[in-house]
Amino acid sequence: MKNGARRTWRLRLYVAGQTPKSIAALANLKRLCETHLAGQYHIEVVDLVSQPHLARRDDIVVIPTLVRQLPPPIRKIIGDLSNVERVLVGLDVLPHDDG
Amino acid sequence: MKRRGNGNGSGRRGLAKAPTGISGLDEITHGGLPRGRPTLVCGSAGCGKTLLALEFLVRGALEFDEPGVFLSFEETPDELVTNARSLGFDLERLSARRRLLIDYVRLERAELTEAGEYDLDGLFVRLGHAIDTIGAKRVVLDTIERLFSGLSDTFVLRAELDRLFRWLKSKRVTAIVTGEREGERLTRHGLEEYVSDCVILLDQRVMEQSATRRLRILKYRGSGHGGNEMPFLIDDHGLSVLPITSLGLTHQVSTAHVGTGVAGLDGMFGKRGYFRGNSVLVSGTAGTGKSSLAAHFAEAACRRGERCLYFAFEESASQIVRNMRSIGIDLEPWMRRDLLRIHAQRPTALGLEAHLVAMHRLIADWQPRVVVVDPVTNMIAVGSEIEVKAMIARLIDFMKLRQITALFTSLTEADGAPERTDLGVSSLMDVWMMVGNLETNGERNRTLQIVKARGMAHSNQVREFVMTDRGIALVDVSRRADGSVAIGSARSAQQLDVRGSGPKPRRKRGSK
Repeated sequence: MKNGARRTWRLRLYVAGQTPKSIAALANLKRLCETHLAGQYHIEVVDLVSQPHLARRDDIVVIPTLVRQLPPPIRKIIGDLSNVERVLVGLDVLPHDDG
Repeated sequence: MKRRGNGNGSGRRGLAKAPTGISGLDEITHGGLPRGRPTLVCGSAGCGKTLLALEFLVRGALEFDEPGVFLSFEETPDELVTNARSLGFDLERLSARRRLLIDYVRLERAELTEAGEYDLDGLFVRLGHAIDTIGAKRVVLDTIERLFSGLSDTFVLRAELDRLFRWLKSKRVTAIVTGEREGERLTRHGLEEYVSDCVILLDQRVMEQSATRRLRILKYRGSGHGGNEMPFLIDDHGLSVLPITSLGLTHQVSTAHVGTGVAGLDGMFGKRGYFRGNSVLVSGTAGTGKSSLAAHFAEAACRRGERCLYFAFEESASQIVRNMRSIGIDLEPWMRRDLLRIHAQRPTALGLEAHLVAMHRLIADWQPRVVVVDPVTNMIAVGSEIEVKAMIARLIDFMKLRQITALFTSLTEADGAPERTDLGVSSLMDVWMMVGNLETNGERNRTLQIVKARGMAHSNQVREFVMTDRGIALVDVSRRADGSVAIGSARSAQQLDVRGSGPKPRRKRGSK
């Protein structure tokens, strides 16, 4: 896929209640998306406290977990997303040199 | 066998216990695992941890009305279903009935990017939801140590494990947590630090080309436990631990009788033979008729339509058949009808434990009603006296629980004092008979006496018997005027004498 091609990023963030880590993760994610994926992303927050059955469906163990659903393949990033560098690598959104 | 439901299951010392339903394990733990608490089951790969944990859940669901959650970090649900099938358990059916919930956690470090602080709340939510979904009372985590290879922050993992074990206790579930043994350490990541109530170690070693499994309770807080290593088996009925004294005094005692196969001998036990489930020892020197008594016993079982498993440690099946035919006992038809199986093997071919395991397995598989071990003394060739005694004790317990009537022959040394050379195994037996050759007045006569017979009125006479072409026949008792028993020629003379003039014989019995 070419670097400049228009892609949609579907991201799902799993949290468990309003814990400091969960709140931080969502804030970090929003900031990061606005910076790198403006207009190209959609974030869905799933709170396992209210939807516990989804933990099994999506094989969630660690909180917070960010799942990149689109573009494929599915990728998982865990933690409060404070390490922006790692998140970008994990999501594979850094510009590629091989254009 | 149904047991008590999910009540207190209280142990003897006030500690509530959850029975596992695993044969033998509840005996050595005096009632099961600590109720509402986690137990660590550790051992090296392939030692049977997962199967033990599975059986704990399956029996919990089936026998104790306690549904269970199996959280697997290693094997997929499909693999678990297949493995459980080999133990005779249908996990799919249990899952469909909501008695069991299997959840598989896949954690691959290569598929995860770590970007900041995290915890295991997802696992807590997931497990909590699984427990609530089926009302689980039992939980298995197999093996939670996989978290350490999937996640890099061991500091967080340790804190979270600590929290998890406290949480499990607060949920009041009885849990088994498995851990893999590594070198000298019980578990790779020190799970034993978190589990303080009960630790069980499994072990598998290969001895003399035969794998032997052993189980040991390393720790059981607030409860007595057998600290020794116990052999255990895994077969298509699940696990069986073979404790030395699993029986305690709680096994069912039968009052039904089992014929000895020798008409006159039944009479010595109040006309009806042994009790079902009895262990019978027949001891004597070489050539005194021990095997013949055993063959009679085996044949009588077959005639009743019962299965008899004959362990022959000295002779081959064909030798036994030939020898017994010479005294009119034809075993072959019973073998053809598969009511009699002769399992001939020299004990030295296997180690003692392996031997015990093989015997248990054969008995468990075929489920005979009657077992013959001929001669039990040949086992001493492969173990010390204490080991042999312990092994026979286990075998006897195992058979008693199944109400199997067993006859052991014991070869005593010609010059040895007979009561000493029986390995001390006679104390384990319900019935002890001694056969011998009595040499008097230049002739050798066969004699039989009952040394003990628990719970039965029995004759205290030394009886003479003869080998006829129709098997063993007890000869009528004949007494001299002074009350002593006359045997051999003296008996013949006495009987002639009695018939001629004196008083009528006190006892008369058919002389077939």
